[in-house]
Amino acid sequence: MSATVSRVVRGMGAGAVRPKLTEPRWVRILLTTIALGFLSAFLALPLVSVFYEAFRRGAAAYASAIMDPIALSAIWLTLLTTAIVVPLDIVFGIAAAWAITRFEFRGKTFLITLIDMPFSVSPVIAGMIYVLIFGAQGVFGPWLIDHNIRIIFATPGIILATWFVTFPFVARELIPLMQAQGADEELAGHVLGASGRQIFWRITLPNIKWGLLYGVILCTARAMGEFGAVSVVSGHIRGQTNTVPLHVEILYNEYSFAAAFAVASLLALTSVVTLVVKAIIENRLRVQLTTGEP
Amino acid sequence: MGITMLMLGLVVLLPLSTLFFHSSTLGWSGFWEAVTSPRVLASLRLTFGASFAGALINAVFGLVVAWVLVRYEFPGKKIIDGIVDLPFALPTAVAGITLTTLYAPNGWAGRYLEMIGVKAVYNVVGITIALTFIGLPFVVRTVQPVLEDFDLDMEEAAEMLGASRLQTVTRVILPVLIPAIVTGFTLAFARALGEYGSVVFIAGNMPMKTEISSLLIMTKLEQYDYAGATAIAVVMLGISFGLVLLINMFQRWSRARQGEI
Repeated sequence: MSATVSRVVRGMGAGAVRPKLTEPRWVRILLTTIALGFLSAFLALPLVSVFYEAFRRGAAAYASAIMDPIALSAIWLTLLTTAIVVPLDIVFGIAAAWAITRFEFRGKTFLITLIDMPFSVSPVIAGMIYVLIFGAQGVFGPWLIDHNIRIIFATPGIILATWFVTFPFVARELIPLMQAQGADEELAGHVLGASGRQIFWRITLPNIKWGLLYGVILCTARAMGEFGAVSVVSGHIRGQTNTVPLHVEILYNEYSFAAAFAVASLLALTSVVTLVVKAIIENRLRVQLTTGEP
Repeated sequence: MGITMLMLGLVVLLPLSTLFFHSSTLGWSGFWEAVTSPRVLASLRLTFGASFAGALINAVFGLVVAWVLVRYEFPGKKIIDGIVDLPFALPTAVAGITLTTLYAPNGWAGRYLEMIGVKAVYNVVGITIALTFIGLPFVVRTVQPVLEDFDLDMEEAAEMLGASRLQTVTRVILPVLIPAIVTGFTLAFARALGEYGSVVFIAGNMPMKTEISSLLIMTKLEQYDYAGATAIAVVMLGISFGLVLLINMFQRWSRARQGEI
């Protein structure tokens, strides 16, 4: 996912395949069939079956599963978490990409590795570290209990865990993009007397807007769908600390399959929208990088 | 710059360091005991085995998918290309319940597997299916750009010099793709090791048999065995860092080697 910007950067100039150099017809058909078979067994079939299972009991059952007050509160919590976490990720992503691509300092590679860390940490471990810090037996646990502040098994914990797992998304997309663009335009602005704020709003932001949007899309999808990390810190209190993915889990484990798939189909729909928007932005990025036009 | 460091420190570094602080309270012998208990060892063996199998499946089929997407034309190619990223976009819990329903004995795909005598849920096969799903985009997305960039002159040169098509593919193209395949494989493997959401539904979760390490951490946390949970987490973290380090070193090495040629 995050490799896409660099893929676009590197993939430029790849020409069309010259028709002469290719495999015999039967090999082409065989390979295409294998590829499509593999993709449909693992990707297309599951996607179709989410919607099939969701509507199996009819539209009325679907609507009642989604309009259920507990489901609605889960949707509300997920939207709230996303609305808080995504702006934080944007601020960090821009700040980090700016620092890394516009300044020279020691330990840069180390910093990049640190930013990427949430990608290589298991979501369950991500949730667990917050339990270790803020949980009843954690480092700050006793102090928090004394002051009657709840973080674990409450909304703040869910927000923190989601923040952790979505942390690198925006920075990861912006770093290669800003590296490829260079700082020439910003320097020109500076020489012509623009203030730092003007340079950011008039030059940097318009230049990175598609890359930024791309990171935001991926970040939002992950924030809405995170399961493992949130599951550890949420405590599964119905109507209070259940996000949409956790609600799906509970319904499924109670054998209310139709309702589980109905709620799951909302998430699946979001992910389809994500893929479509992503494809559109990828196109724009490619155009921007080949023509230089923002 | 200041904001970067502050946020990084608060959200990533501080929490992660508590993990090591916590596990150090166990002491060496306590740590060793927690990590080498039969249940933990069984879960690690299962997690590694299934993740390896899933990544291997992805390496083989991912290569074919990347090849077909870059080299051949067929209707709906754009849509197929877009759908490859589905495992990144689809929440893992949704993937989990869907794959379970699909591959259960009465599901669309499980029905046919049942006929040939394969049970695909609540066992290792199911876990491997889930781990293949979540790692699917990695190999495709690392091989694709390399293949797109591949210099067609090299192929033409090979053909001119009398190589058969098979020889050109295996001796000229494949060696260039190997670093990308290995990178994609390792990324898929690392991702699979820590996976939780998509696996718990299809695994069956029987201790010693179908219990993955992430789930065991979860179970221990629910029983307030924080020390035991931390011990497993430290082992898994150490391994995934080792893997990331290995990829970086491998990439540097293969870049240096290609530079020589």
